[in-house]
Amino acid sequence: MSDTSTDTGLRTVDGQPLKKALSAAQAKARRRAFLLVLPLLAFVIVTFIVPIGQMLHRSVYNADFTIHKDFGTREITPIMTNLSAWFDANLAGTDPDEAAFAALAADLVVLRELRAPGQVGTRINYEVSGTRSLFTKSARRAERLEPPYKEALLDIDEDWADPALWQAMRGASSPYTANFYLAAVDLARDADGSITQVNDNRKVYVKLFWRTLLLAALITVLCFILAFPVAHLLATLPLRYSNLLMIFVLLPFWTSLLVRTTSWIVLLQSQGVVNDILVTLGIVGDDGRMQMIYNQTGTIIAMTHILLPFMVLPLYSVMRPIDPSYVRAARSLGASSWTAFFRIYLPQTAPGIGAGALLVFILAVGYYITPALVGGSSGQLISNLIAFHMQGSLNWSLAAALASLLLAGVLILYWLYDRLVGIDNLKLG
Amino acid sequence: MALPKHASTLERIWHYVYLVICGLIFLFLIAPILIVIPLSFNSQPYFTFTKEMLSFDPAGYSLRWYDTLLTFGMNAPNAVRDGNWWRDVWNNSTWLQVAGNSLWIGLFSTILATVLGTLAALGLSRPEMPYRRAIMAILISPMIVPIIIVATGMFFFYSSIGLANSFIGVIMAHATLGIPFVIITVTATLIGFDHSLTRAAASLGANPTTTFFKVIMPLILPGVISGALFAFVTSFDEVVVVLFVADFDQQTIPRQMWNGIREQISPAILSVATLLVVVSICLLTVVELLRRRSEKLRGITQS
Repeated sequence: MSDTSTDTGLRTVDGQPLKKALSAAQAKARRRAFLLVLPLLAFVIVTFIVPIGQMLHRSVYNADFTIHKDFGTREITPIMTNLSAWFDANLAGTDPDEAAFAALAADLVVLRELRAPGQVGTRINYEVSGTRSLFTKSARRAERLEPPYKEALLDIDEDWADPALWQAMRGASSPYTANFYLAAVDLARDADGSITQVNDNRKVYVKLFWRTLLLAALITVLCFILAFPVAHLLATLPLRYSNLLMIFVLLPFWTSLLVRTTSWIVLLQSQGVVNDILVTLGIVGDDGRMQMIYNQTGTIIAMTHILLPFMVLPLYSVMRPIDPSYVRAARSLGASSWTAFFRIYLPQTAPGIGAGALLVFILAVGYYITPALVGGSSGQLISNLIAFHMQGSLNWSLAAALASLLLAGVLILYWLYDRLVGIDNLKLG
Repeated sequence: MALPKHASTLERIWHYVYLVICGLIFLFLIAPILIVIPLSFNSQPYFTFTKEMLSFDPAGYSLRWYDTLLTFGMNAPNAVRDGNWWRDVWNNSTWLQVAGNSLWIGLFSTILATVLGTLAALGLSRPEMPYRRAIMAILISPMIVPIIIVATGMFFFYSSIGLANSFIGVIMAHATLGIPFVIITVTATLIGFDHSLTRAAASLGANPTTTFFKVIMPLILPGVISGALFAFVTSFDEVVVVLFVADFDQQTIPRQMWNGIREQISPAILSVATLLVVVSICLLTVVELLRRRSEKLRGITQS
């Protein structure tokens, strides 16, 4: 149908072309639907998307070397300006000359007045360890320094000649940097600015990412092994009984995470219930009590328990409508019960397996609370390291870079989940 | 799942083995939750069953850990238990304070999440909703994104706008975390909703507001309440955001438990855990009753 035919064709009572009236009505309906969603969307954008955006910004931005903010007066002062000017004038790899040291000395005087050498030293310390005291020590004596500054500063500490230190300062003199992402994957810049691996004894992050992925995969497999028989039983029992048994799955789901974690501490500790039972039964001796908590084993057991309902529920909702007559037909055609199960029943549960496995894996990769409480040191995941950098070492930019990498991984999995399962099909209880 | 008459011996054996395996898995699921209940009545400071407890000797059981719970943080816990003592409990008992905080934060974040979430679910369940899939993905994402990332982002955001260490900050954060649950449960209820009912109401002269409160609301109420309960539990159980953005004044029950577990775990934690298990049993019961009512309203009968 062309436009001209509708113009001359059907019209509404008030004389408008029907097509136009319809599209106006549809646009109004769309607007109304959108307006209903708008308040929540705005709320989520403000309380969720903006904070995450700010975190992403923090992962590439660190102004500790360029700006000092007074906590009391909230006054903002640019710092290290002389040295930044020298870096702008000289290419990377230039050996620091007398002018560079003079600029540094002038900046150290400013730092001393602002009481900010600690802040700058900490920033450089992220990249060259042991340099924080270098800044505080030198700033204390900065006012008494006299030319030639190069010799005067080297007099205070020989480390001022370290090319790696000058490279780190050059990097930090611009607040936007990718160095925190490099650090998050165990890379660093060497003295002439090229990217290299860090020393083997300082490689922690890549190892921890791998451990997180492996543990999450292991927990997903364990959840699947435990959930499949239970979901199958629930799906094949009459609803009267399965609703009752479902309580066993739903009660853990509704119980506080900290309660469940506490229970596992109580059960698994060396003077706990499980060890006591094993000793009473004579399986292990009183002196051979097993260490099952505050290590990787503890993390795996507790997280499997906590995430199990997320596997049972999707499996159950896929298994419930499966018609048992397919398996019966297979059996009547001569398949063994083994073949009938693997060739007929299992393929029909694949959507549930995919949904449950993806969900459990996504949740496991970012888990924090349980590993922090029962993981000891060998059961820590990447989330725990992010928390450590946020609250312990206060290297917020590195924490943000690690979090951004984790976020990227989770978002890819989330996208995959949406494509394969559809978030509309997410069901709770 | 009854065993057919023609099953072979091997199949019979496997069937019973299978039932035993399922029983063990159910035990794995439920035992850790139930084990804390008797242990919280232990009269000794141990995390295991003493000889007296196993022989059901009354001396092995006591309420001392519940008493510790009540008196922790009081000015004069050992005074005579008269009116003044109870006033001291009300004003100073740490666990009562944090329980109060948990309830208020939970209540306000639930209201916020439920009102906004229900409205949005109504919009999202309309067929004419534009960009439905993308918006749904954004609104569900607080459930998927690791909590440590959410907490980190909120820490930066709240510090920069001055909402850190405030009740409003914690409430807004918890509402955000509860929203996905409200959206999921309410849209699930709306899937079975017959939209000709709203058209019928409109044709009989009801305006959209009347239609909503008289026709739509009664039908979706069970879903809305379950969503609200989910949101409440999410807030009631949340500890990481509180760790990052809350101050001493905004401590909640899980935050206090976190302290207890990290510093020195005492059986008093088990008595809190027991109380929380009782709460979760109540909540589960309510949600199950609501689900059955909702299915009945929507005409789904149980076979």
